[in-house]
Amino acid sequence: MLLNNKTNKLLQGTRNNLIAIFACLLVVIPVYLVVVNSLKDSAGARTMSAALPQSLHFENFNTVIERGKLAQTFQNSMLYATSATVISSILASMAAYVLSRNKSRLNRFVYFFVVMGIAMPMNFFTLTKIMQLTHLINTQVGIIILYAATQIPFNIFLIYGFVDAIPRELDEAAIIDGCGPYRLFFWVIFPLLVPVIVTAGVLSFVGIWNDFLLPLYYLNNSAYWPMTLAVYNFFGQFQQDWNLVSADIVLTVLPVLIIYLLGQRFILSGLTAGAVKG
Amino acid sequence: MRNKIYPFYFTLGALALYIVFVVLPGFLGVAYSFTDWNRYSTEVNFVGLDNFKTIFSSGENYLDYIQNTLFFASCTIFLKTVFGLLLAILLNYGVRRLSHLYRVVIYLPVVLPTIVVGLVFRSILNPRTGFLNEFFRSIGLEALAQPWLTNPDIAMLSVIGVDTWKGVGYIMVILLAGLQTIPEEYYEAAEIDGASAFARFRFVTLPLLVPALTVVTVLNLLYGLRVFDMVYVLTGGGPGYATDVVFTAVFDEFSKGRYGVGTALSSVLFIVMTVAGFFIVRQLTRDPVEA
Repeated sequence: MLLNNKTNKLLQGTRNNLIAIFACLLVVIPVYLVVVNSLKDSAGARTMSAALPQSLHFENFNTVIERGKLAQTFQNSMLYATSATVISSILASMAAYVLSRNKSRLNRFVYFFVVMGIAMPMNFFTLTKIMQLTHLINTQVGIIILYAATQIPFNIFLIYGFVDAIPRELDEAAIIDGCGPYRLFFWVIFPLLVPVIVTAGVLSFVGIWNDFLLPLYYLNNSAYWPMTLAVYNFFGQFQQDWNLVSADIVLTVLPVLIIYLLGQRFILSGLTAGAVKG
Repeated sequence: MRNKIYPFYFTLGALALYIVFVVLPGFLGVAYSFTDWNRYSTEVNFVGLDNFKTIFSSGENYLDYIQNTLFFASCTIFLKTVFGLLLAILLNYGVRRLSHLYRVVIYLPVVLPTIVVGLVFRSILNPRTGFLNEFFRSIGLEALAQPWLTNPDIAMLSVIGVDTWKGVGYIMVILLAGLQTIPEEYYEAAEIDGASAFARFRFVTLPLLVPALTVVTVLNLLYGLRVFDMVYVLTGGGPGYATDVVFTAVFDEFSKGRYGVGTALSSVLFIVMTVAGFFIVRQLTRDPVEA
């Protein structure tokens, strides 16, 4: 009671901010270590210490791009993440739209059946068999299709809830104007779905970019490897040179980091869409 | 009329990909679990329950893998929920101006590739040269410096710790959204009634947060049961089999070409998660109008 209310509040605020800053530090320290060590020479980076580099070794990045074949793996990651995201966003939005608009018995079941996919784990053995039968194993098309397929359940779930928010009167007006189903969807509905599709797309893109499992199983040819698999392999070869490994990590993470900082609004809103509804 | 405006064939593209690459392998896998399928022979013979006997026999390590998986899942569910909730409460009620910035920073590890997080922590947790032990030594707490990933007694806990570091931001953000749906008036009413801070948390926040807490638990469970990258990169399942989980064991069977046992092990997880998923998804897809 010695402290008056105002100082008490100020103290509490300071304490809370200190705790939050501490939590942020725990996040930032590992990131800082990687960035700092990517600029050291091999001897300086041996212990991944927090010390600042004695001189800046920007040439690490050139070395890594060359020896880690980062130009190639960046292209691969970009190709897989972009194509699979586009395919799954379009297919999922078409499906979610019809399933949500026409809630027939069959469609309700189909929706439930597809969203079940969120819980199903993969069976890599039989999936290999299917990839062989469809001649998709060890191909870039194959991995793209596979990624698109894995994203479909969550994307349909996310978009489905959003379709209800679009007034049906729009559909009716468009039909009276003579729109067919394709025109109605792609010209009238799809533009209105863009916000949720961007959210689904950003989440898919980041998920695919960061994935390591599917290429590990289904891409033997190192020319097809995405950045995640390549960085792991690079680490295997250059374990002693943490400066190079760090530089490789920085370049691998940079694209997702940029997307995160630009699209955090969409990422954070997408996560909460499912949670708050319930 | 409806079927004409909203034609079923719009769903077929998504449905085809989903059935062929997600559903079919799962069910086919259950069928193949009863065979001696392997890489070295083109013949596939029916062997009844042999693979399951192998998995559930005490002579093999599979039960340990399943136990490790359950341990990993329950610990990460607990830690992420507790820390996620504390952080969410802190950011929602405790700090004002910088709340958004804190949120962006704490969420950051979620978007980093697991493989990269694993590599970095392998260096940080290195017993001799790692940052963590160096830090403990420099502040005079040598006793705390441990062989984090190579001591079988604590390796799993270290993996759980790193996984919590990576995933807690995700949970925090969902709980934060849950907190924001609780109307301010409820707290004011409780305060007028003389409820203490703890009582307000216990009788206002917690009950109203149940939906968000359920979602969070489900997400953590689904993730925890199929964890792979984190374990694979940090310890590779070692030392010995101390941190092997179902999906690292599956990968091992895959590399050795023992498809029959591997697919049986996958199928155990498939059946458990599909049954659990059935109830979870029924909740998720419930029509808000009916509820």
